[in-house]
Amino acid sequence: MSIQPLVQLEGITKSFGPNDVLKGVDLEVSSGEVVCILGPSGSGKSTLLRCINFIEQPTSGLVFVGDEVIGHRRTEDPEVLQQVHENAIARQRSEIGMVFQRFNLFPHMTVLENITHAPRLVRGHSAAAANEAAMTLLEKVGLADRATAYPRQLSGGQQQRVAIARALAMEPRLMLFDEPTSALDPELVGEVLKVMQELAAGGLTMIVVTHEIGFAREVADRVVFMDGGVIVEQGSPSEVIDNPQNPRTRAFLSRVLK
Amino acid sequence: MTPTQVTARITYRIVPVKHWARWIAAIATAAVLLWIVASFAGAQIDWPTVGEYFTFPAIVSGMGITVVLTVVSMLIGIALGVLVAVMRLSSNPVVSGIAWIYVWFFRGTPVYLQLLLWFNIALVFPVVGIPGLIEGRTVDVVSPFVAAILGLGLNQGAYTSEVVRAGILSVDEGQGEAAKALGLPGTATMRTVVLPQAMRVILPPIGNETIGMLKTTSLASAIGASEVLNEAQHVYLVNNMIMELLIVSGIWYLLAVSVLSVIQYYVERRFAKGSSSKALPLTPWQKVVWFFTSRRSVA
Repeated sequence: MSIQPLVQLEGITKSFGPNDVLKGVDLEVSSGEVVCILGPSGSGKSTLLRCINFIEQPTSGLVFVGDEVIGHRRTEDPEVLQQVHENAIARQRSEIGMVFQRFNLFPHMTVLENITHAPRLVRGHSAAAANEAAMTLLEKVGLADRATAYPRQLSGGQQQRVAIARALAMEPRLMLFDEPTSALDPELVGEVLKVMQELAAGGLTMIVVTHEIGFAREVADRVVFMDGGVIVEQGSPSEVIDNPQNPRTRAFLSRVLK
Repeated sequence: MTPTQVTARITYRIVPVKHWARWIAAIATAAVLLWIVASFAGAQIDWPTVGEYFTFPAIVSGMGITVVLTVVSMLIGIALGVLVAVMRLSSNPVVSGIAWIYVWFFRGTPVYLQLLLWFNIALVFPVVGIPGLIEGRTVDVVSPFVAAILGLGLNQGAYTSEVVRAGILSVDEGQGEAAKALGLPGTATMRTVVLPQAMRVILPPIGNETIGMLKTTSLASAIGASEVLNEAQHVYLVNNMIMELLIVSGIWYLLAVSVLSVIQYYVERRFAKGSSSKALPLTPWQKVVWFFTSRRSVA
Protein backbone atom coordinates (compact mmCIF):
# COMPACT_ATOMS: atom_id res chain seq x y z
CA MET A 1 0.00 0.00 0.00
CA SER A 2 1.30 3.43 -0.91
CA ILE A 3 1.99 6.01 1.76
CA GLN A 4 -0.10 8.71 0.11
CA PRO A 5 -3.78 7.70 0.45
CA LEU A 6 -5.86 7.60 -2.76
CA VAL A 7 -8.84 9.24 -1.08
CA GLN A 8 -8.61 11.80 1.67
CA LEU A 9 -11.66 13.50 3.19
CA GLU A 10 -10.94 16.54 5.35
CA GLY A 11 -13.57 17.93 7.67
CA ILE A 12 -16.56 17.20 5.46
CA THR A 13 -19.79 18.80 6.64
CA LYS A 14 -23.12 18.88 4.86
CA SER A 15 -26.29 20.70 5.88
CA PHE A 16 -29.65 20.61 4.19
CA GLY A 17 -31.19 23.84 5.47
CA PRO A 18 -31.21 23.62 9.26
CA ASN A 19 -30.49 19.88 9.11
CA ASP A 20 -26.81 19.06 9.75
CA VAL A 21 -26.33 15.64 8.15
CA LEU A 22 -22.53 15.51 8.27
CA LYS A 23 -20.75 17.17 11.18
CA GLY A 24 -17.10 16.98 10.18
CA VAL A 25 -15.84 13.70 8.73
CA ASP A 26 -12.18 12.82 8.15
CA LEU A 27 -11.39 9.62 6.30
CA GLU A 28 -8.44 8.22 4.40
CA VAL A 29 -8.62 5.32 1.98
CA SER A 30 -5.50 3.76 0.49
CA SER A 31 -5.21 2.50 -3.03
CA GLY A 32 -6.62 -1.03 -3.31
CA GLU A 33 -8.37 -0.82 0.03
CA VAL A 34 -12.00 -1.88 0.54
CA VAL A 35 -13.78 0.23 3.14
CA CYS A 36 -17.30 -0.62 4.28
CA ILE A 37 -19.34 2.12 5.94
CA LEU A 38 -21.98 0.86 8.37
CA GLY A 39 -24.47 2.80 10.42
CA PRO A 40 -28.14 3.30 11.17
CA SER A 41 -30.30 5.05 8.58
CA GLY A 42 -29.98 8.81 8.85
CA SER A 43 -26.41 8.52 10.10
CA GLY A 44 -25.15 10.39 7.00
CA LYS A 45 -23.29 7.49 5.38
CA SER A 46 -24.97 7.82 1.96
CA THR A 47 -24.56 11.59 2.02
CA LEU A 48 -20.86 11.17 2.78
CA LEU A 49 -20.50 8.84 -0.21
CA ARG A 50 -22.32 11.34 -2.46
CA CYS A 51 -20.02 14.11 -1.25
CA ILE A 52 -16.96 12.21 -2.48
CA ASN A 53 -17.90 12.68 -6.15
CA PHE A 54 -19.74 15.96 -5.56
CA ILE A 55 -23.16 14.56 -6.56
CA GLU A 56 -23.81 16.38 -3.31
CA GLN A 57 -21.58 19.39 -2.75
CA PRO A 58 -20.20 19.43 0.80
CA THR A 59 -21.08 22.52 2.83
CA SER A 60 -17.45 22.64 3.93
CA GLY A 61 -14.39 20.43 3.81
CA LEU A 62 -12.23 19.05 1.04
CA VAL A 63 -12.18 15.83 -0.96
CA PHE A 64 -8.82 14.70 -2.35
CA VAL A 65 -8.81 11.85 -4.86
CA GLY A 66 -5.34 11.14 -6.25
CA ASP A 67 -3.88 14.49 -7.33
CA GLU A 68 -7.29 16.08 -7.74
CA VAL A 69 -9.19 18.22 -5.28
CA ILE A 70 -12.79 17.47 -6.26
CA GLY A 71 -14.70 20.60 -7.26
CA HIS A 72 -11.50 22.64 -7.25
CA ARG A 73 -8.36 23.35 -9.22
CA ARG A 74 -4.94 23.90 -7.70
CA THR A 75 -3.38 27.28 -8.43
CA GLU A 76 0.19 28.57 -8.54
CA ASP A 77 -0.19 29.58 -4.94
CA PRO A 78 -0.15 26.24 -3.07
CA GLU A 79 -2.48 27.70 -0.46
CA VAL A 80 -5.19 28.78 -2.92
CA LEU A 81 -7.79 26.49 -4.51
CA GLN A 82 -9.95 27.73 -7.37
CA GLN A 83 -13.54 26.42 -7.44
CA VAL A 84 -14.39 25.05 -10.88
CA HIS A 85 -17.51 24.88 -13.05
CA GLU A 86 -19.81 21.88 -13.35
CA ASN A 87 -18.20 20.59 -16.57
CA ALA A 88 -14.77 20.46 -14.93
CA ILE A 89 -16.29 18.58 -12.00
CA ALA A 90 -17.83 16.19 -14.54
CA ARG A 91 -14.32 15.41 -15.80
CA GLN A 92 -13.19 14.66 -12.25
CA ARG A 93 -16.26 12.46 -11.66
CA SER A 94 -15.50 10.36 -14.74
CA GLU A 95 -12.55 8.89 -12.75
CA ILE A 96 -14.86 7.80 -9.92
CA GLY A 97 -17.43 5.06 -10.47
CA MET A 98 -20.69 4.98 -8.57
CA VAL A 99 -23.31 2.29 -8.09
CA PHE A 100 -26.71 3.30 -6.73
CA GLN A 101 -29.25 1.60 -4.52
CA ARG A 102 -31.91 1.88 -7.24
CA PHE A 103 -29.55 0.91 -10.12
CA ASN A 104 -30.50 4.01 -12.18
CA LEU A 105 -29.86 2.32 -15.50
CA PHE A 106 -31.03 4.34 -18.50
CA PRO A 107 -34.34 2.62 -19.38
CA HIS A 108 -34.41 3.87 -22.99
CA MET A 109 -31.07 2.22 -23.81
CA THR A 110 -30.16 -1.44 -24.14
CA VAL A 111 -27.72 -3.03 -21.69
CA LEU A 112 -24.88 -2.54 -24.17
CA GLU A 113 -25.83 1.10 -24.85
CA ASN A 114 -25.98 1.76 -21.10
CA ILE A 115 -22.40 0.58 -20.72
CA THR A 116 -20.93 2.21 -23.85
CA HIS A 117 -22.73 5.55 -23.52
CA ALA A 118 -20.26 7.38 -21.27
CA PRO A 119 -17.05 5.86 -22.73
CA ARG A 120 -18.18 7.03 -26.17
CA LEU A 121 -19.51 10.44 -25.15
CA VAL A 122 -17.01 11.40 -22.45
CA ARG A 123 -13.89 9.54 -23.53
CA GLY A 124 -14.58 9.65 -27.26
CA HIS A 125 -14.08 5.91 -27.74
CA SER A 126 -15.20 4.42 -31.05
CA ALA A 127 -18.37 2.33 -31.10
CA ALA A 128 -16.38 -0.82 -31.89
CA ALA A 129 -13.85 -0.31 -29.10
CA ALA A 130 -16.56 0.61 -26.57
CA ASN A 131 -18.68 -2.42 -27.54
CA GLU A 132 -15.74 -4.76 -27.21
CA ALA A 133 -14.82 -3.41 -23.78
CA ALA A 134 -18.49 -3.58 -22.73
CA MET A 135 -18.80 -7.22 -23.77
CA THR A 136 -15.71 -8.11 -21.72
CA LEU A 137 -17.28 -6.42 -18.71
CA LEU A 138 -20.63 -8.13 -19.30
CA GLU A 139 -18.84 -11.46 -19.33
CA LYS A 140 -17.19 -10.53 -16.05
CA VAL A 141 -20.58 -9.91 -14.42
CA GLY A 142 -22.10 -12.96 -16.14
CA LEU A 143 -24.56 -11.16 -18.43
CA ALA A 144 -22.98 -11.38 -21.90
CA ASP A 145 -26.18 -12.98 -23.23
CA ARG A 146 -28.34 -9.99 -22.20
CA ALA A 147 -26.46 -7.27 -24.13
CA THR A 148 -29.44 -6.35 -26.31
CA ALA A 149 -32.06 -6.47 -23.54
CA TYR A 150 -33.60 -3.34 -22.06
CA PRO A 151 -33.19 -2.79 -18.28
CA ARG A 152 -36.90 -3.40 -17.61
CA GLN A 153 -36.53 -6.90 -19.02
CA LEU A 154 -33.95 -7.81 -16.34
CA SER A 155 -34.26 -8.82 -12.70
CA GLY A 156 -33.05 -6.43 -10.01
CA GLY A 157 -29.88 -8.42 -9.48
CA GLN A 158 -29.11 -8.42 -13.19
CA GLN A 159 -29.78 -4.67 -13.40
CA GLN A 160 -27.38 -4.00 -10.55
CA ARG A 161 -24.70 -6.12 -12.20
CA VAL A 162 -25.16 -4.12 -15.42
CA ALA A 163 -24.89 -0.92 -13.36
CA ILE A 164 -21.58 -2.16 -11.95
CA ALA A 165 -20.35 -2.95 -15.47
CA ARG A 166 -21.46 0.52 -16.61
CA ALA A 167 -19.43 2.19 -13.87
CA LEU A 168 -16.39 -0.03 -14.56
CA ALA A 169 -16.49 0.86 -18.25
CA MET A 170 -15.04 4.28 -17.37
CA GLU A 171 -12.05 2.51 -15.81
CA PRO A 172 -12.41 4.36 -12.50
CA ARG A 173 -9.66 4.32 -9.92
CA LEU A 174 -12.24 4.41 -7.16
CA MET A 175 -15.69 2.82 -6.92
CA LEU A 176 -18.45 4.06 -4.64
CA PHE A 177 -21.30 1.68 -3.78
CA ASP A 178 -24.40 3.23 -2.19
CA GLU A 179 -26.33 0.38 -0.55
CA PRO A 180 -26.08 -1.69 -3.73
CA THR A 181 -28.18 -4.59 -2.45
CA SER A 182 -30.83 -2.76 -0.40
CA ALA A 183 -33.40 -2.67 -3.21
CA LEU A 184 -32.98 -6.33 -4.13
CA ASP A 185 -35.07 -9.38 -3.32
CA PRO A 186 -33.17 -11.48 -0.75
CA GLU A 187 -32.41 -14.29 -3.19
CA LEU A 188 -30.75 -11.83 -5.63
CA VAL A 189 -28.39 -10.21 -3.11
CA GLY A 190 -25.80 -12.98 -3.42
CA GLU A 191 -25.12 -12.56 -7.16
CA VAL A 192 -24.35 -8.85 -6.72
CA LEU A 193 -22.15 -9.37 -3.65
CA LYS A 194 -20.25 -12.06 -5.52
CA VAL A 195 -19.37 -9.61 -8.31
CA MET A 196 -18.30 -7.02 -5.75
CA GLN A 197 -16.17 -9.58 -3.95
CA GLU A 198 -14.40 -10.41 -7.22
CA LEU A 199 -13.72 -6.73 -7.83
CA ALA A 200 -12.28 -6.37 -4.34
CA ALA A 201 -10.06 -9.40 -4.91
CA GLY A 202 -8.90 -7.77 -8.17
CA GLY A 203 -7.46 -4.84 -6.20
CA LEU A 204 -10.07 -2.18 -6.96
CA THR A 205 -10.37 0.62 -4.39
CA MET A 206 -13.92 0.50 -3.08
CA ILE A 207 -15.98 2.46 -0.58
CA VAL A 208 -19.17 0.56 0.17
CA VAL A 209 -22.13 1.83 2.16
CA THR A 210 -24.00 -1.31 3.12
CA HIS A 211 -26.20 -3.15 5.58
CA GLU A 212 -24.64 -6.50 4.66
CA ILE A 213 -22.62 -7.21 7.80
CA GLY A 214 -21.53 -10.58 6.40
CA PHE A 215 -20.06 -8.94 3.31
CA ALA A 216 -18.29 -6.29 5.40
CA ARG A 217 -16.79 -8.93 7.67
CA GLU A 218 -15.58 -11.05 4.78
CA VAL A 219 -14.47 -8.51 2.17
CA ALA A 220 -13.67 -5.21 3.91
CA ASP A 221 -10.12 -4.28 4.85
CA ARG A 222 -11.58 -1.71 7.17
CA VAL A 223 -15.03 -1.05 8.61
CA VAL A 224 -16.18 2.46 9.44
CA PHE A 225 -19.15 2.92 11.75
CA MET A 226 -21.07 6.20 11.41
CA ASP A 227 -23.80 7.67 13.58
CA GLY A 228 -25.23 11.18 13.87
CA GLY A 229 -23.10 12.55 11.03
CA VAL A 230 -19.71 11.57 12.45
CA ILE A 231 -17.44 8.52 12.37
CA VAL A 232 -17.89 6.83 15.72
CA GLU A 233 -15.48 3.95 15.33
CA GLN A 234 -13.29 2.36 12.68
CA GLY A 235 -10.93 -0.53 12.34
CA SER A 236 -10.58 -4.02 10.95
CA PRO A 237 -13.82 -6.04 10.62
CA SER A 238 -12.85 -8.21 13.55
CA GLU A 239 -12.31 -5.14 15.72
CA VAL A 240 -15.44 -3.22 14.78
CA ILE A 241 -17.94 -6.00 14.10
CA ASP A 242 -16.85 -8.68 16.54
CA ASN A 243 -15.48 -6.54 19.32
CA PRO A 244 -16.98 -3.04 19.12
CA GLN A 245 -15.75 -0.54 21.72
CA ASN A 246 -18.31 2.24 21.30
CA PRO A 247 -21.75 1.70 22.92
CA ARG A 248 -23.50 3.10 19.81
CA THR A 249 -21.74 0.60 17.57
CA ARG A 250 -22.66 -2.16 19.98
CA ALA A 251 -26.32 -1.12 20.06
CA PHE A 252 -26.49 -0.97 16.24
CA LEU A 253 -24.79 -4.31 15.71
CA SER A 254 -26.92 -6.05 18.32
CA ARG A 255 -29.99 -4.83 16.40
CA VAL A 256 -28.84 -5.91 12.91
CA LEU A 257 -27.12 -9.16 13.90
CA LYS A 258 -30.19 -10.45 15.75
CA MET B 1 -63.36 -36.58 8.10
CA THR B 2 -66.72 -37.48 6.65
CA PRO B 3 -66.76 -39.35 3.36
CA THR B 4 -67.19 -37.08 0.35
CA GLN B 5 -70.84 -36.57 -0.38
CA VAL B 6 -71.74 -37.42 -3.93
CA THR B 7 -74.11 -34.85 -5.40
CA ALA B 8 -75.27 -34.34 -8.95
CA ARG B 9 -73.55 -31.33 -10.49
CA ILE B 10 -75.88 -28.58 -11.64
CA THR B 11 -75.32 -27.33 -15.17
CA TYR B 12 -75.71 -23.60 -14.70
CA ARG B 13 -77.02 -21.35 -17.41
CA ILE B 14 -75.01 -18.09 -17.47
CA VAL B 15 -77.08 -14.97 -18.12
CA PRO B 16 -74.91 -12.14 -19.56
CA VAL B 17 -75.18 -8.64 -18.14
CA LYS B 18 -77.65 -6.53 -20.11
CA HIS B 19 -76.22 -3.16 -21.15
CA TRP B 20 -79.49 -1.20 -21.25
CA ALA B 21 -77.80 2.20 -20.89
CA ARG B 22 -75.60 1.51 -23.92
CA TRP B 23 -78.59 0.71 -26.06
CA ILE B 24 -80.47 3.82 -24.97
CA ALA B 25 -77.40 5.99 -25.58
CA ALA B 26 -76.79 4.44 -28.99
CA ILE B 27 -80.38 4.97 -30.10
CA ALA B 28 -80.45 8.57 -28.83
CA THR B 29 -77.14 9.32 -30.57
CA ALA B 30 -78.32 7.79 -33.83
CA ALA B 31 -81.49 9.87 -33.68
CA VAL B 32 -79.59 13.12 -33.14
CA LEU B 33 -77.10 12.28 -35.93
CA LEU B 34 -79.95 11.44 -38.29
CA TRP B 35 -81.60 14.76 -37.48
CA ILE B 36 -78.38 16.73 -38.13
CA VAL B 37 -77.69 14.90 -41.40
CA ALA B 38 -81.31 15.43 -42.49
CA SER B 39 -81.06 19.13 -41.65
CA PHE B 40 -77.91 19.56 -43.72
CA ALA B 41 -79.36 17.49 -46.58
CA GLY B 42 -82.60 19.49 -46.53
CA ALA B 43 -80.87 22.88 -46.20
CA GLN B 44 -80.02 25.03 -49.15
CA ILE B 45 -76.59 23.43 -49.57
CA ASP B 46 -75.39 22.77 -53.06
CA TRP B 47 -73.30 19.60 -52.57
CA PRO B 48 -71.86 19.53 -56.11
CA THR B 49 -70.41 23.00 -55.32
CA VAL B 50 -68.71 21.53 -52.25
CA GLY B 51 -67.06 18.90 -54.44
CA GLU B 52 -66.12 21.46 -57.06
CA TYR B 53 -64.46 23.89 -54.62
CA PHE B 54 -62.69 21.15 -52.70
CA THR B 55 -59.86 21.21 -55.26
CA PHE B 56 -60.22 24.90 -56.19
CA PRO B 57 -56.63 26.28 -56.62
CA ALA B 58 -57.05 29.11 -54.08
CA ILE B 59 -58.43 26.67 -51.48
CA VAL B 60 -55.65 24.11 -52.08
CA SER B 61 -52.92 26.75 -51.92
CA GLY B 62 -54.62 28.18 -48.80
CA MET B 63 -54.47 24.72 -47.25
CA GLY B 64 -50.79 24.58 -48.20
CA ILE B 65 -50.20 27.85 -46.33
CA THR B 66 -52.14 26.48 -43.35
CA VAL B 67 -49.92 23.38 -43.24
CA VAL B 68 -46.70 25.40 -43.65
CA LEU B 69 -47.79 27.85 -40.93
CA THR B 70 -48.58 24.91 -38.62
CA VAL B 71 -45.32 23.07 -39.22
CA VAL B 72 -43.03 26.12 -39.04
CA SER B 73 -44.80 27.62 -36.00
CA MET B 74 -44.67 24.28 -34.18
CA LEU B 75 -40.97 23.81 -35.00
CA ILE B 76 -40.23 27.29 -33.63
CA GLY B 77 -42.52 26.58 -30.67
CA ILE B 78 -40.85 23.27 -29.80
CA ALA B 79 -37.31 24.62 -30.22
CA LEU B 80 -38.13 27.61 -28.02
CA GLY B 81 -40.10 25.42 -25.64
CA VAL B 82 -37.18 23.07 -24.97
CA LEU B 83 -34.77 25.99 -24.62
CA VAL B 84 -37.03 27.94 -22.26
CA ALA B 85 -37.87 24.84 -20.19
CA VAL B 86 -34.18 24.10 -19.66
CA MET B 87 -33.58 27.78 -18.86
CA ARG B 88 -36.47 27.74 -16.40
CA LEU B 89 -34.89 24.81 -14.53
CA SER B 90 -31.43 26.39 -14.55
CA SER B 91 -29.76 27.22 -11.25
CA ASN B 92 -28.69 30.55 -12.74
CA PRO B 93 -31.28 33.06 -11.46
CA VAL B 94 -30.82 35.44 -14.42
CA VAL B 95 -31.43 32.68 -16.95
CA SER B 96 -34.46 31.23 -15.17
CA GLY B 97 -35.81 34.75 -14.63
CA ILE B 98 -35.69 35.52 -18.36
CA ALA B 99 -37.52 32.25 -19.07
CA TRP B 100 -40.16 33.09 -16.49
CA ILE B 101 -40.78 36.54 -17.99
CA TYR B 102 -41.06 35.07 -21.50
CA VAL B 103 -43.68 32.54 -20.40
CA TRP B 104 -45.48 35.17 -18.34
CA PHE B 105 -45.82 37.56 -21.29
CA PHE B 106 -46.64 35.18 -24.12
CA ARG B 107 -49.01 33.06 -22.08
CA GLY B 108 -50.60 36.09 -20.51
CA THR B 109 -51.81 37.83 -23.67
CA PRO B 110 -54.25 36.52 -26.32
CA VAL B 111 -52.58 35.05 -29.39
CA TYR B 112 -54.87 37.25 -31.51
CA LEU B 113 -53.38 40.34 -29.85
CA GLN B 114 -49.85 38.98 -30.42
CA LEU B 115 -50.59 38.46 -34.13
CA LEU B 116 -51.79 42.07 -34.43
CA LEU B 117 -48.72 43.21 -32.48
CA TRP B 118 -46.27 41.49 -34.84
CA PHE B 119 -48.20 42.65 -37.89
CA ASN B 120 -47.90 46.26 -36.72
CA ILE B 121 -44.41 45.97 -35.26
CA ALA B 122 -43.17 48.55 -37.81
CA LEU B 123 -44.84 51.18 -35.63
CA VAL B 124 -42.21 50.44 -32.94
CA PHE B 125 -39.23 49.32 -35.04
CA PRO B 126 -39.46 51.03 -38.45
CA VAL B 127 -36.16 49.48 -39.59
CA VAL B 128 -34.81 45.96 -39.00
CA GLY B 129 -31.41 44.41 -39.60
CA ILE B 130 -27.81 44.93 -38.58
CA PRO B 131 -26.96 48.64 -38.94
CA GLY B 132 -24.51 49.19 -41.82
CA LEU B 133 -24.75 45.60 -43.05
CA ILE B 134 -28.25 44.52 -43.93
CA GLU B 135 -31.14 46.82 -43.27
CA GLY B 136 -34.71 46.84 -44.46
CA ARG B 137 -37.97 48.58 -43.79
CA THR B 138 -39.91 46.51 -41.30
CA VAL B 139 -43.10 46.86 -43.37
CA ASP B 140 -41.38 45.03 -46.24
CA VAL B 141 -39.83 42.31 -44.08
CA VAL B 142 -42.77 41.48 -41.82
CA SER B 143 -45.37 40.24 -44.30
CA PRO B 144 -48.64 38.79 -42.97
CA PHE B 145 -47.04 35.33 -43.34
CA VAL B 146 -43.92 36.31 -41.34
CA ALA B 147 -46.04 38.07 -38.71
CA ALA B 148 -48.20 34.95 -38.41
CA ILE B 149 -45.18 32.68 -37.95
CA LEU B 150 -43.64 35.01 -35.35
CA GLY B 151 -46.91 35.38 -33.46
CA LEU B 152 -47.91 31.72 -33.51
CA GLY B 153 -44.38 30.33 -32.93
CA LEU B 154 -43.51 32.61 -30.01
CA ASN B 155 -46.87 32.04 -28.36
CA GLN B 156 -46.51 28.29 -28.84
CA GLY B 157 -43.02 28.36 -27.32
CA ALA B 158 -44.45 29.63 -24.03
CA TYR B 159 -46.98 26.79 -23.81
CA THR B 160 -44.57 24.11 -25.06
CA SER B 161 -41.97 25.14 -22.48
CA GLU B 162 -44.39 24.24 -19.71
CA VAL B 163 -45.10 20.88 -21.35
CA VAL B 164 -41.38 20.18 -21.71
CA ARG B 165 -40.72 21.30 -18.13
CA ALA B 166 -43.37 18.86 -16.89
CA GLY B 167 -41.69 16.14 -18.95
CA ILE B 168 -38.25 16.89 -17.53
CA LEU B 169 -39.59 16.94 -13.97
CA SER B 170 -41.26 13.56 -14.57
CA VAL B 171 -37.89 11.85 -15.13
CA ASP B 172 -36.53 10.20 -11.99
CA GLU B 173 -33.78 12.24 -10.30
CA GLY B 174 -31.61 9.14 -10.17
CA GLN B 175 -31.23 9.29 -13.96
CA GLY B 176 -29.52 12.67 -13.87
CA GLU B 177 -27.40 11.55 -10.91
CA ALA B 178 -26.29 8.38 -12.71
CA ALA B 179 -25.31 10.40 -15.79
CA LYS B 180 -23.47 12.92 -13.59
CA ALA B 181 -21.63 10.14 -11.76
CA LEU B 182 -20.43 8.77 -15.11
CA GLY B 183 -18.90 12.16 -15.86
CA LEU B 184 -21.41 13.33 -18.47
CA PRO B 185 -21.54 17.13 -18.76
CA GLY B 186 -24.89 18.82 -18.07
CA THR B 187 -25.84 19.36 -21.71
CA ALA B 188 -25.09 15.74 -22.66
CA THR B 189 -27.08 14.54 -19.65
CA MET B 190 -30.07 16.62 -20.72
CA ARG B 191 -29.82 15.68 -24.41
CA THR B 192 -29.08 11.96 -24.17
CA VAL B 193 -30.55 10.86 -20.84
CA VAL B 194 -33.26 13.17 -19.53
CA LEU B 195 -35.01 14.51 -22.65
CA PRO B 196 -35.40 11.13 -24.44
CA GLN B 197 -37.20 9.85 -21.33
CA ALA B 198 -39.20 13.06 -20.92
CA MET B 199 -40.48 12.58 -24.48
CA ARG B 200 -42.98 9.95 -23.32
CA VAL B 201 -44.68 12.59 -21.19
CA ILE B 202 -44.11 15.46 -23.64
CA LEU B 203 -45.40 13.89 -26.86
CA PRO B 204 -49.14 13.44 -26.19
CA PRO B 205 -49.67 17.11 -25.24
CA ILE B 206 -47.42 18.22 -28.13
CA GLY B 207 -49.64 16.22 -30.49
CA ASN B 208 -52.61 17.94 -28.93
CA GLU B 209 -51.00 21.35 -29.38
CA THR B 210 -50.03 20.64 -33.00
CA ILE B 211 -53.65 19.86 -33.78
CA GLY B 212 -54.66 23.00 -31.88
CA MET B 213 -52.10 24.98 -33.89
CA LEU B 214 -53.51 23.71 -37.19
CA LYS B 215 -56.80 25.34 -36.28
CA THR B 216 -55.32 28.41 -34.56
CA THR B 217 -53.62 29.32 -37.86
CA SER B 218 -57.11 30.40 -39.00
CA LEU B 219 -56.65 33.43 -36.71
CA ALA B 220 -53.94 34.57 -39.12
CA SER B 221 -56.71 35.46 -41.55
CA ALA B 222 -57.22 38.50 -39.28
CA ILE B 223 -53.88 39.91 -40.45
CA GLY B 224 -54.45 38.84 -44.03
CA ALA B 225 -52.33 35.69 -44.22
CA SER B 226 -53.81 33.70 -47.10
CA GLU B 227 -54.49 30.45 -45.20
CA VAL B 228 -57.40 28.20 -46.10
CA LEU B 229 -60.17 29.87 -44.12
CA ASN B 230 -59.15 33.30 -45.40
CA GLU B 231 -59.27 31.95 -48.98
CA ALA B 232 -62.67 30.35 -48.38
CA GLN B 233 -63.99 33.68 -47.10
CA HIS B 234 -62.64 35.44 -50.18
CA VAL B 235 -64.46 32.97 -52.38
CA TYR B 236 -67.80 33.08 -50.60
CA LEU B 237 -67.80 36.87 -50.44
CA VAL B 238 -67.83 36.70 -54.25
CA ASN B 239 -70.17 33.78 -54.94
CA ASN B 240 -72.20 33.79 -51.68
CA MET B 241 -71.83 30.02 -51.25
CA ILE B 242 -71.13 30.46 -47.52
CA MET B 243 -72.07 27.05 -46.10
CA GLU B 244 -70.51 25.20 -49.04
CA LEU B 245 -67.12 26.82 -48.61
CA LEU B 246 -67.15 26.45 -44.83
CA ILE B 247 -67.83 22.73 -45.35
CA VAL B 248 -64.95 22.56 -47.85
CA SER B 249 -62.51 24.08 -45.32
CA GLY B 250 -63.94 21.89 -42.57
CA ILE B 251 -63.25 18.73 -44.58
CA TRP B 252 -59.68 19.93 -45.27
CA TYR B 253 -59.07 20.56 -41.56
CA LEU B 254 -60.44 17.13 -40.63
CA LEU B 255 -58.22 15.49 -43.26
CA ALA B 256 -55.11 17.27 -41.97
CA VAL B 257 -55.93 16.43 -38.34
CA SER B 258 -56.39 12.76 -39.31
CA VAL B 259 -52.92 12.70 -40.90
CA LEU B 260 -51.44 14.40 -37.80
CA SER B 261 -53.05 11.81 -35.53
CA VAL B 262 -51.41 8.99 -37.50
CA ILE B 263 -48.02 10.74 -37.33
CA GLN B 264 -48.46 11.23 -33.58
CA TYR B 265 -49.16 7.51 -33.13
CA TYR B 266 -45.93 6.50 -34.83
CA VAL B 267 -43.77 9.15 -33.14
CA GLU B 268 -45.04 8.09 -29.70
CA ARG B 269 -44.26 4.49 -30.58
CA ARG B 270 -40.72 5.46 -31.52
CA PHE B 271 -40.11 6.88 -28.05
CA ALA B 272 -41.78 3.96 -26.23
CA LYS B 273 -38.51 1.98 -26.56
CA GLY B 274 -37.65 0.16 -23.34
CA SER B 275 -40.68 1.56 -21.50
CA SER B 276 -42.24 -1.85 -20.96
CA SER B 277 -40.94 -5.34 -20.31
CA LYS B 278 -43.22 -6.59 -23.08
CA ALA B 279 -42.79 -6.13 -26.83
CA LEU B 280 -44.67 -3.20 -28.42
CA PRO B 281 -48.17 -4.08 -29.68
CA LEU B 282 -48.65 -4.34 -33.45
CA THR B 283 -49.56 -1.15 -35.31
CA PRO B 284 -52.98 -1.19 -37.03
CA TRP B 285 -51.16 -1.57 -40.36
CA GLN B 286 -49.08 -4.50 -39.06
CA LYS B 287 -52.34 -6.07 -37.84
CA VAL B 288 -53.83 -5.77 -41.35
CA VAL B 289 -50.72 -7.30 -42.92
CA TRP B 290 -50.67 -10.06 -40.30
CA PHE B 291 -54.40 -10.75 -40.88
CA PHE B 292 -53.94 -11.31 -44.61
CA THR B 293 -50.61 -13.13 -44.56
CA SER B 294 -51.60 -15.51 -41.78
CA ARG B 295 -54.91 -16.29 -43.53
CA ARG B 296 -53.12 -17.05 -46.76
CA SER B 297 -50.64 -19.36 -45.14
CA VAL B 298 -53.49 -21.32 -43.55
CA ALA B 299 -55.38 -21.65 -46.84
